[in-house]
Amino acid sequence: MALDKIGIAKRIAQELQDNTYVNLGIGIPTIVANYIPEGISVEFQSENGILGMGPFPFDGEEDADLINAGKQTITALDGAVYFDSATSFAMIRGQHVQLTVLGAMEVADNGDIANWKIPGRMVKGMGGAMDLVASADNIIVAMMHTNKRGESKLLKQCSLPLTGVGCVKKVVTNLAVLEVMPEGGFKLLERAPGVSVEEIQKATEGHLIVEGDIPEMDIN
Amino acid sequence: MINKVVANVEEALDGVQDGMTFMLGGFGLCGIPENSIAELVKKGINGITCISNNAGVDDFGLGLLLQQKQIKKMISSYVGENDEFERQMLSGELEVDLIPQGSLAERCRAGGAGIPAFFTPAGYGTEVAEGKEIREFNGKPHILESALTADFAIVKAWKGDTAGNLIYKATAKNFNPMMAMAGKITIAEVEELVPAGELDPNQIHTPGIFVQRIFQGERFEKRIEQRTVRQK
Repeated sequence: MALDKIGIAKRIAQELQDNTYVNLGIGIPTIVANYIPEGISVEFQSENGILGMGPFPFDGEEDADLINAGKQTITALDGAVYFDSATSFAMIRGQHVQLTVLGAMEVADNGDIANWKIPGRMVKGMGGAMDLVASADNIIVAMMHTNKRGESKLLKQCSLPLTGVGCVKKVVTNLAVLEVMPEGGFKLLERAPGVSVEEIQKATEGHLIVEGDIPEMDIN
Repeated sequence: MINKVVANVEEALDGVQDGMTFMLGGFGLCGIPENSIAELVKKGINGITCISNNAGVDDFGLGLLLQQKQIKKMISSYVGENDEFERQMLSGELEVDLIPQGSLAERCRAGGAGIPAFFTPAGYGTEVAEGKEIREFNGKPHILESALTADFAIVKAWKGDTAGNLIYKATAKNFNPMMAMAGKITIAEVEELVPAGELDPNQIHTPGIFVQRIFQGERFEKRIEQRTVRQK
């Protein structure tokens, strides 16, 4: 069975390394914070200016001056720090943040990503995404394998305006975990429980590399 | 000590004119100079350029200036959550320059710091790089981004003193410190204005040298854009 958004977030949480700083994008990536594996210490950076982001506040304790990059009310953990936007992006461009998890509209099998604009239709802007993908060493994309019309979001080439080039390292979807190979291609690493390689192949327009038996994801 | 205090928002915005460029601090609706924005709407100035990370929502923040069609051009990084903005942009009524958030912050900082331009990796290989100089450093391509300045930079701080020194609260800091540096005239509206000497010099975020006018805002609504909570 294909994963839901929580399943995708749980699988990405397994990628978190001990003692690292992590930036989580809006949407599915935000949910990753709820499933940090036991014994792993990570600190979440939100690019609007906080390191040490905590969970949502209790009802009635919201503070308009304390939000994340998704503009949601949050809390600060012990040891948290606030900073201005230039300092925030110094952390990002200076590669002090080790992992970035973000959503995408399209990913190409050479690691290109598009997630900020649909010409003539949707204009939201790139926010911090271009700085993040141009800088982080490790970039994981969290998204559905196909769009609402059932078309693949894992492509040979992005059709939408790019956010960054050759930067995505891994993609976790409702169907699979895939590694973007340095020489190009999506290498299939894991299948969602009960999802066949054929189903993944059918939903992947870009070059899919399948070697040997592909294990099922272990979630929970 | 140079006294920067003006009596109110009217006096703070003295001299603003049609066609001027404004920087406005804030991220979403967090840390925006809401008293000054309301006054800009009231003054009815037109054809202005606004440099601000976001464009507010339809009925608050910069959205209020958009509703009155007072803005000619927006320089921002993220403008979702604002239907009127999207309509004006897609119809071509509003000029929009979308730039990566980190580049926006650094361009403001550079403008205030006397750095005319800098290279950044953000946006390489995208629309953002079109027409800009590309240079490789350490084997990685970077694009040349230029500094931004403004006729008026309008920032919002938590506390300020009569010398113009500012302290921001939590994530309401965001773009305010860089923009404070980059205005020909910088206006600070604060929640609490105190006599010089009351703020601990160790704790000040923006030194008063960057601020020309300071006033205590009459009223702060501090609207929350996305109220997210958990249950006890």
